[in-house]
Amino acid sequence: MSARRIVVTSGKGGVGKTTTTANLGAALAKKGRRVVLVDTDIGLRNLDLVMGVEKRIVFDLVEVVEGRCQLRQALIRDKRFESLKILAAAQTRDKTAVSEEQMDKLMGELAKSNDYVIIDCPAGIEHGFRNAVAGAREAIVVTTPEVSAIRDADRVVGKLREREIPLQLIINRVRPEMVKAGEMMSIEDVGEILGADILGVIPDDEGVIDTTNRGEPLVLDETQKLAAIYGRIARRLEGEDLPLTDLDPPSVFSKFFTMWKAG
Amino acid sequence: MFEFFKNTEVFKTLFGRESSGATARERLRLVLLSDHLALAPDVVDALKAELLEVIARYVDIDPEMAEVTFEQRERELAMLASVPIKSVRKDRPSAPAQRTANGRAHAPLNQPPRRRRRRRRPSPAAPPNGAPSDGTLLAPPGTFESSAQA
Ligand SMILES: Nc1ncnc2c1ncn2[C@@H]1O[C@H](COP(=O)(O)OP(=O)(O)O)[C@@H](O)[C@H]1O
Ligand SMILES: [Mg+2]
Repeated sequence: MSARRIVVTSGKGGVGKTTTTANLGAALAKKGRRVVLVDTDIGLRNLDLVMGVEKRIVFDLVEVVEGRCQLRQALIRDKRFESLKILAAAQTRDKTAVSEEQMDKLMGELAKSNDYVIIDCPAGIEHGFRNAVAGAREAIVVTTPEVSAIRDADRVVGKLREREIPLQLIINRVRPEMVKAGEMMSIEDVGEILGADILGVIPDDEGVIDTTNRGEPLVLDETQKLAAIYGRIARRLEGEDLPLTDLDPPSVFSKFFTMWKAG
Repeated sequence: MFEFFKNTEVFKTLFGRESSGATARERLRLVLLSDHLALAPDVVDALKAELLEVIARYVDIDPEMAEVTFEQRERELAMLASVPIKSVRKDRPSAPAQRTANGRAHAPLNQPPRRRRRRRRPSPAAPPNGAPSDGTLLAPPGTFESSAQA
């Protein structure tokens, strides 16, 4: 059985692709799946830092493509999850160092001995995006509920559909209290505007910064609020039919009634 | 108490300020529409106006009540027009005279040059022109609905 090859992409930078790749990958590994995370952001690698393996990089993706090392020599084994590996991007090379064909071939190679190949895509819709997508057979489009991120996500959705790559959305950094107050677009609005299914909704949470600072995927720590949410996204990715979210805070009116009843 | 009440949608509606979430949604709808059509927002407005103008040549409509909207379907964008018809015009111009050999209507001379869409789909077949020319009422007053894939 060959692995699912999933690109995590967005168009706009800073919306949470790398955070999603790291935590979804860790959540799948926690379920015992064999997972490889691939950073394709050549020149701007970050996945290594988020995963806390930055000191253990010996060879990178470009060196594998150029035949300077064996593929297995470049795979960094995660110390916390036995079945999780990371392939780092080259930091001092140009995006044009790799072609779409090379990327497709390399991801095909990784797919042979894994359950998931998760590809962290660079921002933009240029060379780096095309390379990352060339290696994938399905996509997760990450967006925040903000106009500029959604517009860019829409461009990416269009490009993926041109290539007939099935996709699902993750809406990141949602602030339920703002949605309630009508100050942020709702999940339904975003899904409807992009015309795509929603795989997950992730609230804005300080735990992300805290765990990223230490290079530890958040799903390691059960006390983190988002750990369960990434866990559910992993289950939904595997086909389980779970309701999207119960992370809504109680509505202002129910709060009001609670106060009234209590008083 | 006032602090959290002023955050509710109700409050904003009462005090006449649309919630920014709703504003974001409407702004996005328009900008994505023009992204998809590769048309500027004012061109989209012109398209709506011209469409109603053409319909008004044949039937008596209420332009105030007409709605032209775009909708994202599974894979493509659809244009939907909902135009209430008061009656069919008695003075309806005979359409065939205005057509060229290839079945397309002549563009008025003062028409601004149009930008082409990036991808062209085959144009839908011209509607059959079996309408009687004596100006009889073809349909009772009602709503004319049309849907075109863009
Ligand atoms: N759900 C979240 N809550 C809070 N901060 C987040 C969340 N997701 C991402 N971030 C923060 O946003 C920033 C950008 O995230 P990152 O995953 O690097 O985005 P990208 O890879 O799309 O550029 C990082 O500082 C990250 O810690
Ligand atoms: Mg990143």
